[in-house]
Parts: sequence; C-alpha cells; structure tokens
Amino acid sequence: MMRRNRTLIIGVSLVGFSAAVFLLSFFWTPYDPLEINPELSLTSPSTTHWMGTDENGRDILSNVIVGSRATLITGVFAVVICMVVGVSAGIATAMSPKWLESPAIFGIDIVLALPTVLFAIVLAAVYGPSTFTAVFAIGIALSASVAQVTRREVNGILLADYVTAARASGSGKLRIVRRHVLPNLRASLFVQATGASAIAILAESTLSYLGLGTPPPDPSWGRMMASLQQYLLIDPIFPLWPGIAIVITVLGFNLLGDGLREALDPTLRRDAE
Amino acid sequence: MTTLLRADGLSRTYKLPRTGVRSEKSVRHALVDMNLVINEGDKIGIVGESGSGKTTLARLLLGLDVPTTGSVSFLGDKLPLPDMRQFRRQIQVVFQDPRSSLNPRMSVEDIIIEPLECLGVEESHSARIEEVLSAVGLSHEMRSRYPHELSGGQRQRVAIARALAPRPRLLIADEPVSALDVLVRDEILALISDLTANLGLTLILISHDLSLIARLCDDVVVMQDGVAVERGKTTEVFRAPSHAFTKMLIASVPRLPTGQ
Amino acid sequence: MTLLQVRNLTIRFGHRVVVDDVSFELEAGQRLGIIGESGSGKTLTSLAVIGLLPDTAAATGSILLDGQELMGKSDREFSSIRGNRIGMVFQEPLTALNPLMRVGKQIAQPLRIHRGMRMTAAIARAAELCARVGLPDPERVVRSYPHQLSGGQRQRIGLAIALACSPSLLIADEPTTALDVTVQQDVLKLINDLVRSEGSSLIFVSHDLPVVSSMAERVAVMRSGQVVELAAVNELFGAARHEYARMLVDAARRSDDDFIRVSERGRK
Repeated sequence: MMRRNRTLIIGVSLVGFSAAVFLLSFFWTPYDPLEINPELSLTSPSTTHWMGTDENGRDILSNVIVGSRATLITGVFAVVICMVVGVSAGIATAMSPKWLESPAIFGIDIVLALPTVLFAIVLAAVYGPSTFTAVFAIGIALSASVAQVTRREVNGILLADYVTAARASGSGKLRIVRRHVLPNLRASLFVQATGASAIAILAESTLSYLGLGTPPPDPSWGRMMASLQQYLLIDPIFPLWPGIAIVITVLGFNLLGDGLREALDPTLRRDAE
Repeated sequence: MTTLLRADGLSRTYKLPRTGVRSEKSVRHALVDMNLVINEGDKIGIVGESGSGKTTLARLLLGLDVPTTGSVSFLGDKLPLPDMRQFRRQIQVVFQDPRSSLNPRMSVEDIIIEPLECLGVEESHSARIEEVLSAVGLSHEMRSRYPHELSGGQRQRVAIARALAPRPRLLIADEPVSALDVLVRDEILALISDLTANLGLTLILISHDLSLIARLCDDVVVMQDGVAVERGKTTEVFRAPSHAFTKMLIASVPRLPTGQ
Repeated sequence: MTLLQVRNLTIRFGHRVVVDDVSFELEAGQRLGIIGESGSGKTLTSLAVIGLLPDTAAATGSILLDGQELMGKSDREFSSIRGNRIGMVFQEPLTALNPLMRVGKQIAQPLRIHRGMRMTAAIARAAELCARVGLPDPERVVRSYPHQLSGGQRQRIGLAIALACSPSLLIADEPTTALDVTVQQDVLKLINDLVRSEGSSLIFVSHDLPVVSSMAERVAVMRSGQVVELAAVNELFGAARHEYARMLVDAARRSDDDFIRVSERGRK
C-alpha cells in the first residue's frame, strides 16, 4: 500500500474511528443510553452532556455511541450477504452455457431495478420491521449490482490466454474458478465490498429514519435523526450529531474504496517505455 | 506413418450481433472448409495475417472450440472424445503473449504443475517440474517466482515448460516469439528447434513471419480470410509460389542491405 | 544550419534514469533511424523532441530545432511547434485517431490551428492530402469515421495529419508494427516518398532492424537508455563496432539467411 495514498489513509482512519466507537460501545458509555431523565429534556451540549440530551433526557452521545452497533452490524451483515450472493451469481452467470446466460442476466436486471427501500418496506409490512429485514433487504438489493460487475470482470478474465491454457491443460470449470478466476477477482472484490458497505450503511440509516430498521429501544442513527429533527428550532445541533456520525462512516468507506482502487491499480501499470 | 490429427471439412462461423434493429444478422466466416493431415514427426507452418483463421484453426485442433461443420479427429477418433484427458496429454500449446498466458497470481511451480494434476500424470510431479525446467534452460530456483518477476523470454520458457510437462507428442506454437525482443526471439526459436528435434515432437507453428517458418517447418499452409490458399513443402512454396497472396507475402519480407 | 541537434539528453523518472546522455544530429532532408528493444529509451527520446513526455518525466540536456532551444519550453509554447514544424506518426492507428470525429476534420485541425484556414478550405486541403497519401476516393474518405477505415488506411490518415503543415521534421514511432505485413511495405514506401518530396527530415523509431535500414541513411542503436552506436546503415551492417549492435545485425542476418536458404532468392 503506497504511503502517499492520502485517500486510503483518510479512509482507513475514518473507518477505523467508527470501528473504534463500535468496540467502545460494548465497554463504556458516558451514561446509560436508555436512562430517562425528564428534567434534563433537550439540553444543549454542555460539560456534563457533550452532545446534549434528547426529548426524554437521554444522553445523545451515549446513544450515538451505541447507535453505531445497529448501523455497523446491519452494514456488515448486509455486505456479507450481498457479496456472497452477488459474486456467486456473477461467476455462475459468466460461466453458464449460452442458453442459461440470457435469462440469468435478465434475472439480475430485475433485482437491480428493485428499489432497496421499497423492498424493505414490503418486507417490513409482511414480517414487521427489524434488523433482520433491513439486513436481508439491503443485502439482496445490493447483490444485483455486485453480480453485474463481477460478471463483467469474470468475462474479461475468461478471455485471458492463461484460462485457455488451463483448459488446454485439462482444467475443469470448478478448478478454473478456484485457481484462476477468484484469485484475479480479489482486488475488484475488495473495492466492491467497500463501496457496498458505504451504500449499505446509508441504506440502513434511511430505513431506520423511516422506522423500518432496528426498532426501539435499541438506538440507531437514522431513527435518532428522525426523532430529533423536530427539535431543530430548540438547538439545530441535536439531529446533526447522528447525521455527522453517518457522514463520517459512509465517507470513510467511500474513501477506503477509492484508495484501494488507486493502490491496487498502479501495480498493473509498469514503467512507460 | 501415424496420422495424429486430421481436420476434415472444418468450418467455423460466428454470428455477429445486429448493428441495428432492421439490419440483417450477419455472419463471419472465420474458417472455411479446412482439410489438414498431420502425421507424427511433421513440422507444419501455418502462415497468415490477423483474421486469416489461423488461431481459430489452432483452437479447433486443440478441442477448445466446437466447429460449425466438419470434424477434427485424433488417432482416428472424432473429437470430442469421452475422455479428453488422453488427448490433452498428447497435444499441447504455447501462446503468443507470455504476459497473458501465465496467471499472474500463480508461481512458476503452480503453473507447470497444473497440467500434471489435471491430466492425472502418474510420475512424480516435483521431479517432472525439475526435468522440464532444465530442459527449457531455467534454474530450479525459478519454481517459486511469479510471472512479473521474470523477463519476457523467461516467461515464454515457462510457457514451453508447461506445455512439455505432460510429455505431449504434438506441440502447437501460436506466434511463439512475436511478442519478444529481437535478440530473445533467436534464443526461444533455437530452444523450440532443439526440443522438437530431441523429443521427436510433431510441430504446428503458426506465424506471420516467413523466416520462422523457413527455419523450423518442412511443410507450409498459407491462409487468407479463413481459407487455405496454398500448401506444400516450404522450399517449393517459397521458391515458386502460385497464389497471388503467397506471392505478396513473400515480396513483403524486408530485405537486408549488404554491408559495404 | 543543422535542423536538429540533441545534446546530452537525459530523462529520469524519479531516480531512475531511462535515457542516458543521448546526443545526435540531423540535417535537413536526412533520415535517422533509432533502433532498440523495449526499454531501450527510443520512444521516450522521440517524445522528448516533440515535447510529449509524461508529466512524471524529468528531462535535461539540449534540443535545438533550427538553432532554437526546445528543452524547457512550456506545453503552450510547444503546441505551436507540434503539427507545424514537427509532425509525429504513432504505432497504433486505432487509438491515435479520435473515434468520434470525422477523419477530414482531424486532418483539418492542424491546418486551422497553425495556418488559420477556415473549415471549408481546410477540409478541401484535407481531401488533397488524402489523395497525396494514396487513399482512393478522397471525398468519401474525408467524411468517414476512423472505424470505417482499415488499419493501413488509418495510418495513411495519421501521415496526412502529421504532414498537413509541411513540417521540417517527421517522427515516426513504429508506424507499421501494428499493420498486416502485406500493407507494411506500402506504408513504408509512402513515408519515404512523402519525406523526399517535402524535403523533410525523418526520425524513424523501431525495434525492427531490416525495416529501419530501409528507411534511414544513418542508425542510432539504443540500449538501456544509451546510444551504443551511431553509424551509416552500410557501416552498421558491414562492420558494427559495438557488440550489442553486432548482435542485432547478426540476428537479422540469420533470419534473412533462413529465408533466403529456403526460397533461394537473390538479394535485391
């Protein structure tokens, strides 16, 4: 990894920061995030409550810290689902016989057209809102674009002479996937995973904001923004805190993805003659 | 004289995608009605420019593609065989560009071991790798290196080593030196020539470079637009070409000035 | 006055020296070949002369065109020289032309920029140039897009663009390597004819010794960034001094011999 890759460094720092907050939430928070103090309702940031308190007198900072759990857990699991499903679908489609390929691509296109949020609403309506429905909805919706990009990459890899050489050496399809396709896909997968993480986290925040994500009382950034926004006039900083948390995390993953792409590409470019 | 490989009426056509909603589907004839007999010990050159069908022919002969019409037979049996492994052990290939014919993520050892594993070669794989590396003039410490650590010539040697690992009877070399520097070309050509002689290999050399064919091949087939336009003994065809295209090819060979 | 004087040209990428103290001269109307393998620095040398080195390259030394120092000129200053006093033809005809612009317009560009011609006049001149480079039906060609032409035709267009403003120097970097063998000879002959009739000088860069020797009177042999030998073509083939140059000549001779032996054709 190049030291001069500022994008990567900033990305790693931001993501690292969010991850640190996530870990911190299991060990310590300034206050119990669920503790209600009606007499402290809606106080502005002060030395005792660094981010202030919400309408129920709960410490906002503690809620932001614990809120990272819902966001990051949903994000991570959603990305795991979308990568596993997306990459498998992409590879399978690229390597399937002609007659299967067109319907498969069509299928991917259909899922791609599915709006994440709409899908989540439907699931929430049927099964009730929960972290699980959010994870599932986001994971499936994102898997389609991962499948598309993977399919294109795999097609490119399959054209290389070394794959033809492998076939001439008697390699079967499974072996080609294991020894030739996957290792050469690695770089692209890292980049896609980080990109998907950014989207997943944003999606989770959106769903929580709409009340379709992690239900109360577990804190979640999106839901906090929804509930605190009505108190903007009392102090605009209230809904801003969870918003900043979301921005830092999403930006971190985006920059991480960009930085990775930058770092991994130049190794392919050799010297100019 | 054993006939190793035969092509009978071999054709390969590609359907091209429509260029517009109302235009007709067009078709590209990559190879048209090719007949070829390759006997053990033959050294045949296939000459042509890009788009002449020579690479298509190679892929069909290797069983890596399915012909539109016609057939390829190996020792009398039509392809595809029920067990292609025997076939693949006997017929191997070296490609043009050593940068893309070696998996950048695999070490030299992994690359050479692949045909041994996939084709179920019984002898000790490790010993065979040593043998074949020394046959192509590479030291055994190359085993752990990766393609990007090797020069173009070294990579091509690895590609040749991979092809020779399963002890094939026939080697197809598709433009084996055109991606290499001039001085390295000589070395690799000499290597191919020596190996062919020492191992009694049957050779199909595909190239646009007539001097390579002149050096290594007894027989030549000239291809243009998917069709074999002329064939015969290299000396006869080059000395007295009959087809216009062959004449043009021969006339295009750049001549050297004399040193005065 | 000597048309081009390159003195002590050194090009670095960071600490890595890729062109090392290269010097050569070219008179008006002369043709110089630069031959070397990949990594020899031959392309970078020719790019330095026309001011097209990548930003990451640092060049020192002197490049005098008609006595005027080109080293250190800004990109803006160079743009009045490129396509005007120095023209360049590249290896890959497919990527050297803008796929979205009609070919006639691309030939017209240098005419409009450097000669201030109006579009209609420039296109008319472009058609003349197309005929000059041996393209049949120039009126139709001028209206075509690059993908509608063959590789050989595209390379002729490249030549037309490079020669549009009658430059005093033409640089050709492997102009025929990507073309079919049967077309190569025609394009090479065309370059020779044009250069001779225009009275331009030529720098021909290639890895192919037989080709270079038919296109130039003198040859500079480059290896690892250095010019190891600079001699007239006949001298090079007769008695090359540097070992590397001798090796190249021997390799070319061997190929030639292989071919002659089999075809028993006498030398022209």
